[in-house]
Amino acid sequence: MPVTLKNRNGTLTAFIKGEIDHHTVPEIRDAIDDAFVSIESINLLVLDFYDVTFMDSSGVGLVMGRYRLVSGKGKKLKVSNLSKRDYTIMKMSGIEKLAEINQKNEVYI
Amino acid sequence: MKKINELKMIFDSRSVNESFSRMAVSAFSSQLDMTVEELGDIKTVVSEAVTNCIVHAYKNTIGKIYITCSVFEEGVVRITVRDRGCGIEDVNKAREPLYTSVGGDRSGLGFSVMESFSDKLRVRSKVGVGTTVTIEKRICGKTK
Repeated sequence: MPVTLKNRNGTLTAFIKGEIDHHTVPEIRDAIDDAFVSIESINLLVLDFYDVTFMDSSGVGLVMGRYRLVSGKGKKLKVSNLSKRDYTIMKMSGIEKLAEINQKNEVYI
Repeated sequence: MKKINELKMIFDSRSVNESFSRMAVSAFSSQLDMTVEELGDIKTVVSEAVTNCIVHAYKNTIGKIYITCSVFEEGVVRITVRDRGCGIEDVNKAREPLYTSVGGDRSGLGFSVMESFSDKLRVRSKVGVGTTVTIEKRICGKTK
């Protein structure tokens, strides 16, 4: 399963794992959306990219789509632990004006 | 420029091949001394170009995608992604950031991403005939 979901104190966190492209997005999207709509007490949806190994612009579509879903219900979206590249791609869409997005602290060994 | 190696591949426009195609092209190009960063750039541009063929050119049908990857002595990789799909009516419009003809969860950033992670991008398209996207990237490598 490419997504692990954790619900705690009104925050639903989706830990996404592996590659995000046009092929993998439907499964990831459905898992997140199913959880989000089935739990009423959620105020914040966090998409955690820590374990994402590849993303193209399909990942931006995934985030923008979740933003539409979440904001439509008056809730907030946050995107965390983006790699430097994914952060660059994400910012091309201007999503940072609508939702908080942050980069992961990368440690080079 | 002097070509030192070339890869040609033909595969079905099935979304499962997105991962395969970007892996294959990046593996082939890695004969040039490349940084992880540059390898990532190549994976990203190939993924965008191939996804366009699947989502737009062939829409709900299955056609063939043709990729040529040439490596030049001067440290340049040239990738050509071609389809025989529906073609693009207005290439300039398609290249505009955030423009998408299909809506849904497509971001409309495909060409913008290809542009920003490569050095040269050329799009040639004819409605009813197909589209050819040519991407060039200069590799600086680990010795820069």
